[in-house]
Amino acid sequence: MHNTAVALIELGAIFFGLGVLGRLAWRIGISPIPFYLLGGLAFGSGGLLPLEGIEEFSSIASEIGVILLLLLLGLEYSAAELVTGLRRSWLAGIVDLVLNAAPGVAVALMLGWGPVGALAMAGVTYISSSGIIAKVLGDLGRLGNRETPVILSILVFEDLAMAVYLPILTAVLAGATLLGGLTAIGISLLVVTLVLLLALKFGRYVSALVDSPDPEVFLLRVLGAALLVAGVASQLQVSAAVGAFLLGIAISGSTAENATRMLEPLRDLFAAMFFVVFGLNTNPASMPPVLGVALALAFVTTITKVATGWWAAKRQGIARMGRARAGAALVARGEFSIVIAGLAVSAGAVDDQLAALATAYVLIMAVLGPLAARFVEPIARLAVARLRPATA
Amino acid sequence: MVNVEVTPLPGIGTRQDFVSRGGRRLGVITYRDGRLELIVSREDDPDACTASIPLTVEEAGALANLLGAPQLVAQLRKENDGLSGVHTKHLPLAHGSPYDGRTLGDTALRTRTAVSVVAVFRAGTVHPSPRPDFVLGGGDTLITVGTSEGLAKAADVLDRG
Repeated sequence: MHNTAVALIELGAIFFGLGVLGRLAWRIGISPIPFYLLGGLAFGSGGLLPLEGIEEFSSIASEIGVILLLLLLGLEYSAAELVTGLRRSWLAGIVDLVLNAAPGVAVALMLGWGPVGALAMAGVTYISSSGIIAKVLGDLGRLGNRETPVILSILVFEDLAMAVYLPILTAVLAGATLLGGLTAIGISLLVVTLVLLLALKFGRYVSALVDSPDPEVFLLRVLGAALLVAGVASQLQVSAAVGAFLLGIAISGSTAENATRMLEPLRDLFAAMFFVVFGLNTNPASMPPVLGVALALAFVTTITKVATGWWAAKRQGIARMGRARAGAALVARGEFSIVIAGLAVSAGAVDDQLAALATAYVLIMAVLGPLAARFVEPIARLAVARLRPATA
Repeated sequence: MVNVEVTPLPGIGTRQDFVSRGGRRLGVITYRDGRLELIVSREDDPDACTASIPLTVEEAGALANLLGAPQLVAQLRKENDGLSGVHTKHLPLAHGSPYDGRTLGDTALRTRTAVSVVAVFRAGTVHPSPRPDFVLGGGDTLITVGTSEGLAKAADVLDRG
């Protein structure tokens, strides 16, 4: 067959297969991310069926997937929401950071991956999946619940933490020394502050640069701006993803809403490709050795997220059932854990097993998260009934 | 005074709610794209919601109509307290009424029943002091003032022409 024909057939089969898997996933109430990863694992290196001829396209597509994931993360909250979120929930945010980054750090150090591996794993276990959580809360009709603002404000804080964390991670991955690392922290804090100020004071000018009443022109401008900023950022060794993320924060108001609406389908398409490629590059044979660690990590970080949510909800005067719901809702990890692992692995500065561990971990957490949110109430009721037997 | 609490939902929209005298939380979620959802808290767990019902703008208007008209009547009733024999009533105009799509002047309500229409409620908004050329539509609620016989007659006129 002709080369182009083969490539088209392969791509078509991948997308169609992912579509079938995605529908199945939401049917049974979980995120499709684990299915995409499994799809990638099944093909590619060490898998059942190596795909040939589309590597170039798929690697570019997965890069665009990361850029769009982070651009939309930046667009999700306005600069004003980020600032008020920081003011209101910084304490809960710090508790969340410490409790959930620590298990990742501990595991990385125990496996001898050194400080760089520890920094990457800290991000993998810390960051909740705002995509999965927002979808699950909407599906379960919990947006009107009193604990929901608590959950969302923790997600807002994580969003901000990512803005500081990602530049540091990329600097360290690029082989910065301790001094270089500290400079990176200083620079990234400065840049994030500048971008927030810019967005708060002059957000409409940034928005005006990309805005257009014509949807076609608008789409091309937003996408073009994102790729340009990402490319320049990557040239400056700050990582394409960070550039896109900061652009997302700087775009505000109705422009941000329109951009989100327009880019969402594109993001879903390219992000699916990103998960598949990540799975493709992970050798399935490397999974079994880290499975035990992944399970233990999943167990511990489920408890730490539930504890975070419980504590944060309690501070807002929410009753026990609401605290349990807040905790369980935060459990899901997904796209951003994989993005972090992807950055670490592609820089080549960490142990190869990190990709396998991150894949296994996200496979578990992206399934467990929505299930935990869904079944926390019956489980909590059962636990209460067990603890207080028939006497009551 | 009902104390409506406004809570921002970052990335989603705003929640506005209040706690009723019976201890139930009632409110509305406004999404960033303008969609509305009516929320009602659960009886056994006021933190959670037993229902969140998506409403279109028209549906929200209709609901506001149903809930708002009696309130306006109560207010007018209070103001007219001093006048004996004057009553305030809200009269719904049914779809398919003879005056559905015709003007207020066509009803000749003032001449026939001595009843005044002081306001028309439509899709959640009040149209105060409608003129005779005001076009009525099915689903409108007419806020009327008059004697009790006059009001009974007016209801009849609106129903049957």
